[in-house]
Amino acid sequence: MHILVVAEHDGTTIRPGTLSAVGFANSIAEKTGGKVESLVLGHDIDSVVREMARYTPVLGCDSSALANPVADRYAKVIADVASERHDDLIVAASTTYAKDILGRAGGLLGGAMASEVVGHELREGQLVFQRPMFAGAITATVALLGHPQIVTIRAAAYEAPRPADTAFDTSTVDIDESSLPNHICFEQVESKSSDRPDVTEARIVVSGGRAIKNSEDFERLVGKLADQLGAATGSSRALVDAGIASNELQVGQTGKIVAPDLYIALGISGAVQHLAGMKNSKVIVAINNDPDAPIFDTADYGLVADVYEIVPQLIEKIHAG
Amino acid sequence: MKILVPTKRVPDTDQKIRVRDDGKGIVEDDLPFVINPFDAIAVEEALRIRENSSEEVEVVVVGIGSDDYESELRTSLAMGADRAILVECSEELDPWNVARILQEMVQREKPKLVLMGKQAVDDDANQAGQFLAALLDWPQATFASKLEFVEQGLRVSRETDVGIEVVVVGLPAVVTSDLRLNEPRYASLPSILKARKKTIERIAFEQFGLAIEPRIQVLQMEVGTNTRNCIRVNDIDELLERLRDEAKVI
Ligand SMILES: Cc1cc2nc3c(=O)[nH]c(=O)nc-3n(C[C@H](O)[C@H](O)[C@H](O)COP(=O)(O)OP(=O)(O)OC[C@H]3O[C@@H](n4cnc5c(N)ncnc54)[C@H](O)[C@@H]3O)c2cc1C
Ligand SMILES: Nc1ncnc2c1ncn2[C@@H]1O[C@H](COP(=O)(O)O)[C@@H](O)[C@H]1O
Repeated sequence: MHILVVAEHDGTTIRPGTLSAVGFANSIAEKTGGKVESLVLGHDIDSVVREMARYTPVLGCDSSALANPVADRYAKVIADVASERHDDLIVAASTTYAKDILGRAGGLLGGAMASEVVGHELREGQLVFQRPMFAGAITATVALLGHPQIVTIRAAAYEAPRPADTAFDTSTVDIDESSLPNHICFEQVESKSSDRPDVTEARIVVSGGRAIKNSEDFERLVGKLADQLGAATGSSRALVDAGIASNELQVGQTGKIVAPDLYIALGISGAVQHLAGMKNSKVIVAINNDPDAPIFDTADYGLVADVYEIVPQLIEKIHAG
Repeated sequence: MKILVPTKRVPDTDQKIRVRDDGKGIVEDDLPFVINPFDAIAVEEALRIRENSSEEVEVVVVGIGSDDYESELRTSLAMGADRAILVECSEELDPWNVARILQEMVQREKPKLVLMGKQAVDDDANQAGQFLAALLDWPQATFASKLEFVEQGLRVSRETDVGIEVVVVGLPAVVTSDLRLNEPRYASLPSILKARKKTIERIAFEQFGLAIEPRIQVLQMEVGTNTRNCIRVNDIDELLERLRDEAKVI
């Protein structure tokens, strides 16, 4: 199989999920024979191409027309490259970037696409994928009919490979800029200005739910506990809706999917839509003042307590060592 | 201006989902269904555009599915949609085939804007909107949390993993809704009663000269199992001790 990994980056470095996508691609290449290549799109991407070349051979497509990740252009380039090189499988980590861009590329390439893949196997020579449905209540095994196949994978489900000692080959893809679509105009992106790690990339996540009454308290309780632990902050949708937490923090079916070593849920009830985003964490701690809160069913350690009372003590204890 | 709003009928999100014995689908008996939450948001947004526009706006909802689908289409009518169309199709649908049928509907209805959900909460695919935009060669703005009409088309705030991204798309375009776009209204009793009397147009999908081309085949479904056994700790000392010595995560 010829497998193409579409790399996601911020202009300077590769996003960690992309390396999980390489891990997935390598595992399939091992099973089916074949090769893995990565495609880096953007403008002034030399450092990204170099970084990616520690993991796979790289095709770099550098153009001022690709300075921002607009779906119509990116999808067209991806589809053209994949068709020209007869790729059988195109893969990226399941982020909003990939859902937007790879989804559109999938539409250009015939629609054989599976999103949020968490497992795969070869069944009688056929590649099948596991993916969650119904907010993760069900895991479905699916086969894709059609060629090429397009897949987004959940980063938490796949390990990143080790970088190679010697870099792989890199080459450039030339594009005809005048042939690119031009109907989406990028204006800006308001990045969050947080010193804390991204919720999908941290080893520990501390999340707050509706128990938290305002943003000051969120900072004072969730934020401070996270800082004590070197953790990222997350939240349930309830707090994002209330404007207490910013939307990049939302964990769940429609937010981010996380699987850290430790997930601490503070005053979160445990709705399936929230569980969908964190139930694969290694260790889950729930603190909730309702002993019957459903979150305890999905926790390894539960403490029935008022977060307003207990969290400051917890911060104090950890601080004291 | 016409806005086409594709909506899907999905199991109520509060319900427990069970798998059929053959493992090929879910048990649907007695399961209450609703408009896919993201699609209800799309309907609401279309209605708000109509309410705030000086030009005449027509909101047309379309659902692809079997006869059962009528009641959720009536809910959209009760919310205020001008027309509802049921594309009758009893075959299994995946996002590719949904997009192909919607492409035909777009050619028939010629909307300026297709406003739909970012994701159906049953298959959680998050694909049909992007597929449709690609098939139509229209611009797309996925995960919209704010829309504003501007001279060049539509300015859309998009919720991405790295923050809010703002793009301007020319019209016609496909826009998919995220949760924070709005809070859908409830239909009032009188409007529900009125919606009962409205006719729902019906089209058999075969009339488009299409055959379903399956792209995603579900071989097996399994209910996720929960293997955790919660240890109730008495206080934070015990919690910290267990996290350090037993789980070794801090
Ligand atoms: C289509 C759809 C998609 C959704 N997507 C998501 C998603 O991605 N992520 C998400 O999180 N939700 C999502 N939701 C919403 C979800 O259904 C729940 O409404 C939400 O997760 C509830 O958030 P919560 O647990 O913070 O609030 P609540 O359910 O209100 O729970 C608050 C909890 O805090 C406890 N509590 C209150 N005060 C205290 C205190 N002082 N100390 C300790 N405990 C206290 C209460 O006992 C309760 O258990 C979605 C819903 C839908 C319909
Ligand atoms: N059967 C259907 N009828 C009408 N619209 C649909 C149907 N299935 C999906 N859609 C639309 O496509 C969106 C994305 O669906 P999906 O790609 O399946 O997650 C939904 O939010 C709906 O707006």
